[in-house]
Amino acid sequence: MTAGEPFCPSCKAVQPPGQADHFQRLGVARTFDIDAAALEKAYFRMQRLLHPDRFATRTAKEKTLSQQQATSLNDAYETLKDPLERAAYLARLMGLNVLKEGCNALTDPVILMEAMEMREALAEAESADEVGDVTKRAQGEIANCESELSEAFAAKDMDRAAVLITRLKYLRKLADETRFRRAELRGKA
Amino acid sequence: MALLQIHEPGETPAPHEGDDNVAVGIDLGTTNSVIAVSIDGKTQVLRDEDGQALVPSVVAYAPDGSPIVGGLAKSLIAMRPDSVVSSIKRLMGRGIDDIKAVAGHLPFTVEPAEEGGSSMVRLNVSGYKLTPVEISGHILAALKERAEGVLDREVTRAVITVPAYFDDAARTATKDAARLAGIEVLRLVNEPTAAALAYGLDKEAEGLYAVYDLGGGTFDISLLRMEKGVFQVLATGGDAALGGDDFDHAIAEHFLKDWTGETPGAGAVKQAIATARQVKEDLSETERGTWALELGGEQQSFTLDRTAFEGLIAPLVARTLRICEDVLDDADIAPDAVKGVVLVGGSTRVPLVRRKVAELFGREPLADIDPDEVVAVGAALQAEALTVGSDTLLLDVTPLSLGIETMGGLTEKIIHRNTPIPVAKAQEFTTYQDGQTAMAVHVVQGEREMVDQNRSLARFILRGIPPMTAGAARIRVTYAVDADGLLTVSAREEATGTEQSIEVKPSYGLSEAEMSQMLFDSMKHAKDDMMRRLIAEARVEAGRAVGAVKAAIEVDGDLLDDGERAGIAALLAAAEAAIAGDDRDAINEAVEKLEEGTRLFAEKRMDRGIRAALRGVEVDRLDKAAHENDGQPRDFGHAPRSAEAGD
Repeated sequence: MTAGEPFCPSCKAVQPPGQADHFQRLGVARTFDIDAAALEKAYFRMQRLLHPDRFATRTAKEKTLSQQQATSLNDAYETLKDPLERAAYLARLMGLNVLKEGCNALTDPVILMEAMEMREALAEAESADEVGDVTKRAQGEIANCESELSEAFAAKDMDRAAVLITRLKYLRKLADETRFRRAELRGKA
Repeated sequence: MALLQIHEPGETPAPHEGDDNVAVGIDLGTTNSVIAVSIDGKTQVLRDEDGQALVPSVVAYAPDGSPIVGGLAKSLIAMRPDSVVSSIKRLMGRGIDDIKAVAGHLPFTVEPAEEGGSSMVRLNVSGYKLTPVEISGHILAALKERAEGVLDREVTRAVITVPAYFDDAARTATKDAARLAGIEVLRLVNEPTAAALAYGLDKEAEGLYAVYDLGGGTFDISLLRMEKGVFQVLATGGDAALGGDDFDHAIAEHFLKDWTGETPGAGAVKQAIATARQVKEDLSETERGTWALELGGEQQSFTLDRTAFEGLIAPLVARTLRICEDVLDDADIAPDAVKGVVLVGGSTRVPLVRRKVAELFGREPLADIDPDEVVAVGAALQAEALTVGSDTLLLDVTPLSLGIETMGGLTEKIIHRNTPIPVAKAQEFTTYQDGQTAMAVHVVQGEREMVDQNRSLARFILRGIPPMTAGAARIRVTYAVDADGLLTVSAREEATGTEQSIEVKPSYGLSEAEMSQMLFDSMKHAKDDMMRRLIAEARVEAGRAVGAVKAAIEVDGDLLDDGERAGIAALLAAAEAAIAGDDRDAINEAVEKLEEGTRLFAEKRMDRGIRAALRGVEVDRLDKAAHENDGQPRDFGHAPRSAEAGD
């Protein structure tokens, strides 16, 4: 992976970030099943070497390059750390056309039913505790969804992965809304 | 004969490079500023001759425009409100529209933007048009001067702290102010991060930490995570209009609410707030007390105990806790997951604040380091780390979302808040008209949906787009935020690879031309400015001495015989003549003579004062008379201090 090599092997000068993908950049295997602790360790190790603070008293060129490197590292880490972003990114690398922004339309009837039902539960919840129950349910479903995604990627079942990514997206949105609603109810109390 | 060594220009290895040019840490505060240095891991807060670390962030401008910074300037607020600027930090990076809300409270007229210039605010102070950048620059220059005096070496590099919520414009303004003061900013560090560094949390066990910062006028809460020597700001929140000053107001209101006499004037209210401040400080140490306050020409006394005091401020403290809970929730963190809480800001000395914070987090907060100095100490450590090297790394996040204006005045977020920096995000635009060659982009910062509810950061125009049919051009605009949180924008047309020329017009920043003019002016006038400032300071000191003597004669003139009286009158006249002149030495000399010539008088007054104090009466009256005459706390002679906060 010479493309992403951050320092020149002979003169040790910092190099431009190059075209490495996020997995290569952080030196982790290209898989959905990432060990969060190992990923973070890799990220911290690289930032310690490349962050602009390490180049505060160096030349303007080195400062610029280190900033580009640190920016690329942040991009890679932020993408891979989050299961949803990671799934979408990995799916794109594997040739699936996943919309980066916005939501792929909910077409699967089972998922559609689930979404409507949970939204209803949230709309009807009147206390912080009741909202908390919806949150818990959403979080449980998020965990399920993630383990199913892991299976889909392992089996290279990209159709299934696409459906699961959509499902994960709406579950996450719902969980966010429950948090917002809880804060609202607490504000009133 | 020694051989000559030849070096490239600028690369000459200075034998004591690190020693000769240390980097300092500066906490540029709203109310007070502090400067500190770290050498070989030992931090030292740089104090004045009286041991004071806090430099009031107040600048007074003499009629000739020369700035006076600090305690002296602060003492002039009452006397010359139209030429003294305080709390300028609140206006950093702000535009005219932003400050309309506070403009009523400013004793200055705000100047409209100049033709061709940026829309940065200009204050009309003693007839001079000054930007917040210049005023902050004067504070930084005074801090630099203090550091150079104490350390006896040149200081040109610093880490400066900024509130975590500071937006791009305010950060840029801070950097520009430093440049005007001749300081190279190694890094802008968020205040909470600096506080955590001061406690050495970077060397502590890994985990989550909270920094609770309650200053005079602002509240901030930040969540930090320390892992493997890397510091990460996870989330921040706060209220830019909530602080210890609100405690003072609550107490003052309590004092005034039962007052049925004529409506207290501005002077009486100010006095009440000053007394309230004293009450707050006293009740943070003791359980109860009685304070005197003059209302409607009569001395009123007020008694308050700590429970009542806490009742008054409880709603304010509760507001800070609510914000803490929101930030914790936002980051999806339970309060008991926080391993340590750092207290910053003078208002955290209030016991109720400490208790409530301890309750929320279920642990005693860290408060060993003076909460007024802790940020500067951390900044100094970081300054050393950046110049000498360190194992700790600070990873910050963007405090506010960054977006652009889209159809219908809506904001489209491009970089979300709490994204680790440095960060770059690209976005593609296209043209909506055939043959369109330019496009206007409006960048804003904030969380609101509508553009006009967020802060405008910059407007720029993409030019040189090759004429194509509508929708064919693909213009990729990249927004990059560097490690200091500063934004730069670049763009290119993807379809043809045409380079774009971007015109970035900072909404509230200084244009490069304005900046260079200011730099040029400050260099050209550096020496004159210095002399002018020294003279101005001497004049102020002398004026105070003259005023104090006059006030003393007013009250205790009967202690003098005619000869003494004539002698003092001659000294006063000489001092006033010197003040009218431009000779600093003459002014200082006249003051010295005046002090010499009134020493006997001062001793007589002291005797009388002691006798009066023993009788338990009259002291207040004497002191009040002195106050009325010079508008200042009396510091002439050796009279006993009044018992403003006695019980």
